[in-house]
Amino acid sequence: MMANQRKEITDDLFVHEPLEEGKAEELSESPTSFWREALGRLFKNKGAVMGLITIIVISVLAIAGPIMNSYHYDDQDILRSNLPPLIPGLEWMGLDGTNVDGVNIYEQQGVTDAPAWAGTDEFGRDLWTRVWKGTQISLLIALVAAFLDLMIGVIYGAASGFYGGKVDDIMQRIVEILIGIPNLILIILFILILEPGITSIILALVITGWVNMSRIVRGQILQLKGQEFVLASRALGSSNKQLLWKHLIPNVVGPIIVTLMFTIPTAIFFEAFLSFIGLGLQPPLASLGTLIEDGYQEMRYFAYKLIFPAIVISAIMISFNVLGDGLRDALDPKMRK
Amino acid sequence: MTDTILSVDNLDVSFQTYNGVIKAVRGVDFDLKRGETLAIVGESGSGKSVTAKSIMQLLPKKTTMIDEGSITYENENLLNYSRKEMEKIRGKEISMVFQDPMTSLNPTMKVGKQVVEGIRKHQSLTKKEAYNRAQELLELVGIPNAKERMDAYPHEFSGGMRQRVVIAIALACNPKVLIADEPTTALDVTIQAQILDLMKDLQKKTGTSIIIITHDLGVVVNMASRIAVMYAGEIVETGTLEEIFYNPQHPYTWGLLQSMPKMHQDRSVPLIPIKGSPPDVSNLHDGCPFAARCPYVMKVCHDHVPDKEQVSETHSVSCWLQDERAPRIKQPDFTGGDHVVQTKTR
Amino acid sequence: MLRYILQRSGYMIVTLFIIVTITFFLMQLLPGTPFSNPDKLSERQLELMEEKYGLDKPVPVQYITYIGNLLQGDLGLSFQYEGRTVGSMIGERIGPSALIGGQAVVIGLLLGVVLGVISALKHNSFLDYGSVFIAVLGMSIPSFVFAALLQYYIGVRLEWLPAALWKDYSHSFLPSIALSVLVIATVARFIRTEMLEVLGQDYVNTARAKGIGEVVVILKHVLRNALIPVVTVLGPLAVSIMTGTLVVEKIFAVPGLGEQFTLSILVNDYSVIMGITLFYSALFIFIVFVVDILYGVLDPRIRITGGKNDG
Repeated sequence: MMANQRKEITDDLFVHEPLEEGKAEELSESPTSFWREALGRLFKNKGAVMGLITIIVISVLAIAGPIMNSYHYDDQDILRSNLPPLIPGLEWMGLDGTNVDGVNIYEQQGVTDAPAWAGTDEFGRDLWTRVWKGTQISLLIALVAAFLDLMIGVIYGAASGFYGGKVDDIMQRIVEILIGIPNLILIILFILILEPGITSIILALVITGWVNMSRIVRGQILQLKGQEFVLASRALGSSNKQLLWKHLIPNVVGPIIVTLMFTIPTAIFFEAFLSFIGLGLQPPLASLGTLIEDGYQEMRYFAYKLIFPAIVISAIMISFNVLGDGLRDALDPKMRK
Repeated sequence: MTDTILSVDNLDVSFQTYNGVIKAVRGVDFDLKRGETLAIVGESGSGKSVTAKSIMQLLPKKTTMIDEGSITYENENLLNYSRKEMEKIRGKEISMVFQDPMTSLNPTMKVGKQVVEGIRKHQSLTKKEAYNRAQELLELVGIPNAKERMDAYPHEFSGGMRQRVVIAIALACNPKVLIADEPTTALDVTIQAQILDLMKDLQKKTGTSIIIITHDLGVVVNMASRIAVMYAGEIVETGTLEEIFYNPQHPYTWGLLQSMPKMHQDRSVPLIPIKGSPPDVSNLHDGCPFAARCPYVMKVCHDHVPDKEQVSETHSVSCWLQDERAPRIKQPDFTGGDHVVQTKTR
Repeated sequence: MLRYILQRSGYMIVTLFIIVTITFFLMQLLPGTPFSNPDKLSERQLELMEEKYGLDKPVPVQYITYIGNLLQGDLGLSFQYEGRTVGSMIGERIGPSALIGGQAVVIGLLLGVVLGVISALKHNSFLDYGSVFIAVLGMSIPSFVFAALLQYYIGVRLEWLPAALWKDYSHSFLPSIALSVLVIATVARFIRTEMLEVLGQDYVNTARAKGIGEVVVILKHVLRNALIPVVTVLGPLAVSIMTGTLVVEKIFAVPGLGEQFTLSILVNDYSVIMGITLFYSALFIFIVFVVDILYGVLDPRIRITGGKNDG
């Protein structure tokens, strides 16, 4: 083989021939934009992609679910009370309209109109509609709360980190005290004052929720302020705009997005938690928390009432956590394990 | 008993990474003779440390593949050794000193204990005896108040002192080979000289063979009798200290020498850096790896790997300029104007 | 070190004082009175009650009285249960909460460390993915959902363990398991990250280069260094466990502090809500304080401040 290779090497190959400028560059580095690279890494992460898909599917169902059948979320129908789930075609999965004792309730109660895919509650309200309506409300609460957290947290954290000195000292003392109180207790106290309702839940969540975001942002700003690459890139003559896009934005936006991804499930958890201990939304409004609470009360005889909303809330929580992890890894390759 | 204590033959090491397989070391050959000091010189990322770690088998097993080659120590191929057998070699026969003394000591373990640990593993000494031996070692490497310092934690030591501790750990069981991976890179210049002197001194006392890995040719002058120049996972040139400094053959070696500041050089003469940056070893094309940065690059260099040519019995180089068909190149002036050497020595 | 402890203790007292103040004034904003709930009291009776509890006095006076009583360790009287002091109610209910909380921490730490270590040592293997998946489930599934499912399947359907109530020791199992899930998940994730971090450190290679056996390297060099930072999650974990007890005790009918708290919220028993709030906050602040000190004790780099560090 060596001999063959020798033969190909002819005398005319021994002339000076450097690589063209462009080609040398191309070989030594392949510049890809930060975001494209991050996105590429994210899509390589199967868990994160699954999480993203699940979130999209659940969001679509939260909007479309309640109008997929003819039942309204607060339509009561005593004839249809406590119907177990029945999905034609999926009987083999246990969704066959029978209760724990194997009795077909549809036949027993003579229900002939459209089956309840996820069963009904004791007032005959359709659970499929109610669970997706509840998901809609839970997601709405979480998104609004996360958005407010983001706004307050970014402004507070950036101000604190940017001004530094005395201002930072005072602002951080306030934060320390807020962190000193277990946040759930503060949330409960605020709910007690504000009376349960969507707005008061959102406000109560925001009261403690922004602190975390502000700490992240402050930390990043402080770190960036002192970092050499910012100085170096200034010294190399980068314009402010370049500096902003190349260094500050990727370094601050990354952690903010990741924090946001973890804020949303936390908000969903607290909303459900409050509803579960009786401080949540009042009927006939439903959220995932109130549905789980209702289902839990009748779990012994009508387990499906608990299981369906429990699966939905768990799926949301898992998806956001996995997506958050994936985003963190994708945006901060240093942290990748 | 042969003259050679350790030899690496045609070693290929690659890593499995997120971005595919990286061939970090390709066909590396070298011998280490008893009592000598061999320097492996190259830029960061050239595969020096990987070579060193593969001798000690300290590379992560799951992601590392040693595809080919052998590492022979005292006539035994270390690559065939089991984990247990390797543990008996490490520290006792072959030791290693790592680059950054700030991170190469366990921060939560007392320094004395870290020295004792190795001694107790390889020598059947009582706790007391091992402790005394450790103290002697710390004294040997020049740590003042060794007795009290045994109970100190690494963060209570300065960088230079820590590196002395690391050397004490490495020499605890009188190894026959010491691999020093950039032992002075992380230290201040004055401390660097002290550490190098210490190593030379200890080598005289113990007769240990040393492989010193560095990117700093200044270190090499002080320590080594032979030099291997590495580039992009390959050894491009080997020779004695004199051969490499006074009759270098590879354009990369020229570049290294040109970029080195010289004691007697006129300050107005600028240092000449090697243009470009080391190639991405995950994405190597055919041909000589240095082709993209070589000022004397020829057509042939882009597509064909040069063979190893012997310049003298101790001096070999892999470069197409050695071919008789290549144009004669006037070697650049890297010695400060003393003399100019023609490439074609034959 | 002593100076540090004293300084931290000072901070602790100030924080606690601020929390007392905030809580007190928040409670003043609450709608309704404790007596408007079981609303069968006449106007005259109501006045008598308010007088008895000092609710007729101006707010600042009430505040000073409250602080004064607090300094003597008096948290006030329950409105709901006549004649019961809040202090005695907390004392009575702390036992079951401490038992299930403590068991949850022990189970959680043990299983969490094991899971995390396996995960890190078998990095990127199926074992790793498996334990990461378990950890994600544990972090994601809300404690009350998990507790309810546990009660239904283990307690009601399979009848392996008592489903609820508080009769003998075995009744503490299910609530403890339900609480421990989050601890397991948090610790496992944390240990995994820390272990991977330490495994990449040079000193691990130094230890290996000495020829020390891999098991010893892992135990003495890697695990020890990876475990130290775990104390920092104990603070947040304490909060999750407190949060968890509120619902878990409700679900399993455990006569603990959390159950009392949720009950009191529903009947506006102000002094009990306040008492338990302060108790939880004080406990939390104390745990954070202990964790800080403990971290210093465990990590020599923090222990000796002002030590020689001229590197």
